[in-house]
Amino acid sequence: MTRSLLSIDDLGREGIETVLALTREFRDVSSRPIPKVPALRGKTIANCFFEDSTRTRISFEIAAKRLSADTITFTQKGSSLSKGESLRDTVRTLCAMGVNALVCRHEASGAPARIAQWVDVPVINAGDGAHEHPTQALLDVATVADHRGDLGGLRTLIVGDIAHSRVARSNVLAFSAMGAQVTVCGPATLLPPGGESWPAEVTTDLDAALEKADIIYLLRMQKERIEADPVFGSIKEYVQMYGLTAERAARLDPDVLVMHPGPMNRGIEIASEAADLPASLVEEQVANGVAVRMAVLYLALGGTP
Amino acid sequence: MRRSGFAPKARVLDEDEIRRAITRIAHEILERNKGPDGVLLVGLHTRGVPLAHRIAAAIAAVEGVAPAVGSVDIAFYRDDVQSAPRVPTGPTEVPVAVDDATVVLVDDVLYTGRSARAAMDAICDFGRPRAIQLAVLVDRGHRELPIRADYVGKNLPSSRDETVRVRLGEVDETDAVEIGTSPDQVSGSVEAAT
Repeated sequence: MTRSLLSIDDLGREGIETVLALTREFRDVSSRPIPKVPALRGKTIANCFFEDSTRTRISFEIAAKRLSADTITFTQKGSSLSKGESLRDTVRTLCAMGVNALVCRHEASGAPARIAQWVDVPVINAGDGAHEHPTQALLDVATVADHRGDLGGLRTLIVGDIAHSRVARSNVLAFSAMGAQVTVCGPATLLPPGGESWPAEVTTDLDAALEKADIIYLLRMQKERIEADPVFGSIKEYVQMYGLTAERAARLDPDVLVMHPGPMNRGIEIASEAADLPASLVEEQVANGVAVRMAVLYLALGGTP
Repeated sequence: MRRSGFAPKARVLDEDEIRRAITRIAHEILERNKGPDGVLLVGLHTRGVPLAHRIAAAIAAVEGVAPAVGSVDIAFYRDDVQSAPRVPTGPTEVPVAVDDATVVLVDDVLYTGRSARAAMDAICDFGRPRAIQLAVLVDRGHRELPIRADYVGKNLPSSRDETVRVRLGEVDETDAVEIGTSPDQVSGSVEAAT
């Protein structure tokens, strides 16, 4: 039996609460004079980033080191994948060398789940295509829990390119599992097909949705996607309809929490004025990332021989 | 909490005997360290924490000043193989600087010594204490590491098949130390003190 984390659905509410409890402990560890515990001493964790990432990769590396695990980092560039080796052979080779867990980021949805079938060590999904990014959702839930305690009934509004966002998908699952009421909002062309089946309301009217939100979560918007969109065609029009502009931010109740997974496109999905509001949790989200990833790695590998 | 499997054979300490043992340990700590100055009591979760507070109160009753009390959870410092990762049962809190303090670790049962070893590692991540001492309510023997207690409430010869159960009013409904059997229990005391 392995303890992979491929989707938020692998955890359920109870699993998320365990992660939150461990996250609080690991945040304490990170604030100590020696911010390190021996929990995963002797374990080797491979960070396999088949798609580029800076913050997630570094966050996982720091998390592993604070648990005393050894880490190796593997990126597509310069790997034998560029010599034509198959993904299956690559990950099986790593495991043959004695790696105890794989952290995987891949541009293809479902790649980590596929890898988990090929290897007998835990696989942690660090973002796969437009599918899921579970550790991002866990750190978002942890950040909100710091401010609001219980997430029950919190009206959570996720705005942007829902269809292509693994962050949106994992957050819808995580927030709804914790009892929040989730609404996703974006232009009709960027709402997911089959979105009706999500545990969330779907709307295209941002201004109406903003009126009744306790949390506003802006997704990173890719410029190319707006420019290719038949409805918008220009960034300016997108910002007018779906950006958290300074004017929209000024209308928000001061208690409303503003979140973004980073990296932010200031001036597109979020105006600088909104990103720097006191209610903006963006930096806290990043800080929680390390502790959440320590919790996830500890649950995957802790206590095993 | 895994309580169901425990079948008590004998009561080792009752409420009054536990109170007297704590009072004696408090006096021994004062005598050995020439007073309460620089003493930091650190309880191991779960039952070491209320014990540490009781010892601090007993010291305050004699000296008029209570030593600082902290707590430590050793989940991330364990060296034993488990079927599942253990989630800490309480916070690790060290209220004063560990550097140059005399840290008295407090636990309910001393058995293999592995918990005490893990707690010493945890304390040393907070600084360099002048000394670390160990106070336990019950020492049941069977050490697997070169560790001994400085202050012992009760020496209790036991077999490895037996289980020692410590109950304290702050956590449980009553104060008692019992010895018995619990077929499904592999560790030293109920609640997995190792």
